[in-house]
Amino acid sequence: MIINHPLLGPRDASEFVYLGDASLIDRPDWQGENAAQEFHDYLYLRDNPAGEHSELWFHEQGDRSWLVVTRNTLTHEISKVELARDVAKERGRSK
Amino acid sequence: MRYSGFKVIWEGLTGNRGWKPVWREPEPKKSYDIVIVGGGGHGLATAYYLAKEFGLTNIAVLEKGWIGSGNVGRNTTIIRSNYMLPGNEPFYEFSMKLWENLEQDFNYNAMVSQRGIINLFHSDPQRDAFARRGNAMRMAGADAVLLDRQGIEKHCPFLDFDNARFPIKGGLWQPRGGTVRHDAVAWGYARGADMRGVDIIQNCEVTGFVMENGACKGVETSRGTILAGKTAVCVAGSSGRVMEKAGMRLPIESHVLQAFVSEGLKPIIPGVITFGAGHFYVSQSDKGGLVFGGDIDGYNTYAQRGNLPVVEDVCEGGMAIMPMIGRARLLRMWGGVMDMSMDGSPFIDSTHIGGLFFNGGWCYGGFKATPASGYCYAHLLAKGEPHATATEFRLDRFMSGHMIDEKGMGAQPNLH
Repeated sequence: MIINHPLLGPRDASEFVYLGDASLIDRPDWQGENAAQEFHDYLYLRDNPAGEHSELWFHEQGDRSWLVVTRNTLTHEISKVELARDVAKERGRSK
Repeated sequence: MRYSGFKVIWEGLTGNRGWKPVWREPEPKKSYDIVIVGGGGHGLATAYYLAKEFGLTNIAVLEKGWIGSGNVGRNTTIIRSNYMLPGNEPFYEFSMKLWENLEQDFNYNAMVSQRGIINLFHSDPQRDAFARRGNAMRMAGADAVLLDRQGIEKHCPFLDFDNARFPIKGGLWQPRGGTVRHDAVAWGYARGADMRGVDIIQNCEVTGFVMENGACKGVETSRGTILAGKTAVCVAGSSGRVMEKAGMRLPIESHVLQAFVSEGLKPIIPGVITFGAGHFYVSQSDKGGLVFGGDIDGYNTYAQRGNLPVVEDVCEGGMAIMPMIGRARLLRMWGGVMDMSMDGSPFIDSTHIGGLFFNGGWCYGGFKATPASGYCYAHLLAKGEPHATATEFRLDRFMSGHMIDEKGMGAQPNLH
């Protein structure tokens, strides 16, 4: 697989480390009422879709940036690559 | 029809005209006591043990394709019970005992071959870890022998003992481990279940669940609605896709594991050998092909194929312990979809939805578990409580903190 890095251009997937579903950006509020249940769901449960999947890749052998890659799990086709920090900022995570 | 030596000779002398199909192809009935979703090894074993051990025969096994078309026909056929944790080891040892008697039990030649499995170690700390594992195995009634370098040399003189990076210091040997003809396991269980009245319905895809008042009353399929007292899902790599139809999210990611077969060679590898400093395992089939594999690719996928970096990694592992493998040509490679759970251990449990049961999360180790998985699932379905060896395979173990994490990797499926 070739991942089209937003800053560095096309890079081989073997330069990256895979973490998993991009929902891992949405860390629950530790002070929330249901924090224990929410952290359980956040940490252990997955949508695991057959089709479009946004996921976190870390460019370990490159510029060490985190990417959100949208990839089809049935065909391995990559349709979108964003910097994870941009995605996180959009969702109001990182300030 | 029973198989026997006499029968084979008789058929040989009379032109092999007496062989009949060994299971029926029935139309699905409107309702069953139990509907098993998934006609792979585990689903068929569940049906077989429900019929044989628990006397329940009003059962259907629904299979999207043809039986044995999934992972039971795509694995590297290894059986072993070399686990360590108390939640796992008694279960896998139970499975090993069922393997040992399987062919007599279902009267089918599954070519169970206990040729042994050796896990190599390459350093002193790894020897300690393997000694501990061996002790845990023996405490659960399994067999384990810690071999030093001379012991390994006796079994496998062809290994690269003095490899500069990964010298072979010894290995943990389970003599009762080995290989089994994987397709025959599916066929044997299918035949045994069918003989006892179980309906095996192929080309029947489950498209949804029939829900009433929050309980599962059956399944919608491509061949109509089939009602069921109990619905038992057992679909391995497709677990996420199927359980999503019941509105459930699972502690599972689907990944791909690749496997490889070389051209046929003369007998060279006595049993199963695994590399301890990377991930590589190899055995030799009765046809002579070297059957080997390594790590999962490491990203979510439902495509039954992987990518080249892992191919390279696997081959490097092979070259590190037995450089002669570099002279063999690769005949075939393929991939199977693994239901990787968050702690690397499986689930055999009821769900919060009444009448709906789940068996899955077998990661890349489901084949060796086939008999015990079927038996324990059947026990759960028939008696409403888990089998004594499968009490910890619960869906709620992440909430209660009772993970069964053999490798201590945490909630990261691609590290298990």
